Amino acid sequence: MLRDITIGQYYQTDSVIHRLDPRVKLMGTLIFIITLFLGKSVWLYLGVTVFLAAVIKLSKVPVKFIVKGLKAVVILILFSVIFNLFLTEGTPVFHIWKLTVTKEGIYLAAFMMVRLIFLIMGSSLMTLTTTPTHLTDGLEKGLGFLKVFHVPVHEIAMMMSIALRFIPILIEETDKIMKAQMARGADFESGNLMKRAKAMIPILVPLFISAFRRANELAMAMEARCYHGSEGRTKMKPLRYGKNDKIAYLVLAGYLIVMIGINTALGGRVI
Amino acid sequence: MGIVKAKDLTFEYIRRDEEGNVEGITTAVDHVNMDIQPGEFIAILGHNGSGKSTFAKHINALLFPTEGTILVDGLDTSDEDNVMDVRQRAGMVFQNPDNQIICTLVEEEVGFGPENIGVPTEEIWERVAASLKAVGMYQYRKASPNKLSGGQKQRVAIAGIVAMKPKCIILDEPTAMLDPHGRADVMRVLHELNRKEGVTVILITHYMEEVIDADRVFVMDEGKVVMEGTPRQIFSRVEELKQLRLDVPQVTELAYELSRSGVPIRSGILTNQELIDELMKLK
Repeated sequence: MLRDITIGQYYQTDSVIHRLDPRVKLMGTLIFIITLFLGKSVWLYLGVTVFLAAVIKLSKVPVKFIVKGLKAVVILILFSVIFNLFLTEGTPVFHIWKLTVTKEGIYLAAFMMVRLIFLIMGSSLMTLTTTPTHLTDGLEKGLGFLKVFHVPVHEIAMMMSIALRFIPILIEETDKIMKAQMARGADFESGNLMKRAKAMIPILVPLFISAFRRANELAMAMEARCYHGSEGRTKMKPLRYGKNDKIAYLVLAGYLIVMIGINTALGGRVI
Repeated sequence: MGIVKAKDLTFEYIRRDEEGNVEGITTAVDHVNMDIQPGEFIAILGHNGSGKSTFAKHINALLFPTEGTILVDGLDTSDEDNVMDVRQRAGMVFQNPDNQIICTLVEEEVGFGPENIGVPTEEIWERVAASLKAVGMYQYRKASPNKLSGGQKQRVAIAGIVAMKPKCIILDEPTAMLDPHGRADVMRVLHELNRKEGVTVILITHYMEEVIDADRVFVMDEGKVVMEGTPRQIFSRVEELKQLRLDVPQVTELAYELSRSGVPIRSGILTNQELIDELMKLK
């Protein structure tokens, strides 16, 4: 099940999008989300679709791979569609049992579905084309202005990158503990939900203890190597904008202006 | 002048109960005096709980003495202003390779130390390449540390320290979690660094085989330095070592047992070849 979630995964290939500065991609995702929630016009969504399709094409990530990421949230999408379909008031179209489906409900449900699907596709496209290290670097530099408000940006980015590095180690450790407990007769497979949840305790306790021990040792190893926060720290791979990044910013600005233009031109109309 | 100079170094752990009352005091390091010269290869021996790791953490300013002083390259570690300088001059490698690797790429990992001490970007790249070559891991620079073997990870950790250009490297049981092959690789790299770059190496271990090639050996027990000398001097005192629950290399023990049963062999045999030579003389 864990393997189905493509959000946060990296798809290795070489493309224009992959090579972009992570700050551009973060900004792009933000703009994409803004345009997604700008209005309810069909034309607007057509624009968003064209933009998304173009970026996917440029990124060389197979569409199948992105769609696979939607599997994990299918239930969420279904829920929002069903609720919008049956619980929106307006002109009735037809009845099923005691529930009424309205014209407005159908519109709203359709929009909700498209919005959610695009939202997930857009944001997973960012993580699919950016390595975790690049992403944290981008966040650190892109959100650097928050330092003025005493937000520990560097520390948060460092925490994120350490967390990412320890995911495979902790997964391996969980596997080891599970096997060790199974060797002593622990049963994780049978029983109802409560029973199975209880069976996880002998895994979680040793896992937490070892995670804390690791954290302690890691902190010491970092200190031993002169780590003392962001002050006076240089970068081995500093982020610098290239020609492509500037073009990408222009494209993004153009896209945003066009979308806002379409939206104001149409007023509140749907079509 | 010595690179590491400990004078009456004492460190006490204070154990507290749940309310924070003092339950007892454990003296982990007890009036240790040590004077290590630049370029030496030092081994510190001792069984678990002998205070050798606690002592090592003092050299890196991770712990501060309760009593006495320790000077690293002439800098007093107790002085807060010296901490960063001390840590740059005396790098430390720990036991568990997984718990000391911070970054997700080998080259970034090696660059972490130089980044912290504010080395300019171009020079970081030079240092990373040079230190990865020094430990024979250059071809893995783009790999993820998770994909390396224990011995390779430990060599990357050593490269991470070398990139900070320290005068002294302290290794706290760096081979304890490695297979024999990885252990041999790490030891070879350490001796190369010591010989070629003149880096002082302080190796904390309980593997006797790793001690044989050291210049000087210190044996610690219950926080005190109980023996000091060249490996040959130390290993000729087999009875004393056994009392300290330490093993001697197999060949040394064999020579010792032979001489005890009346075969005229000199004491302090360290290698197979030496024993063979001694035995050939008997004919």
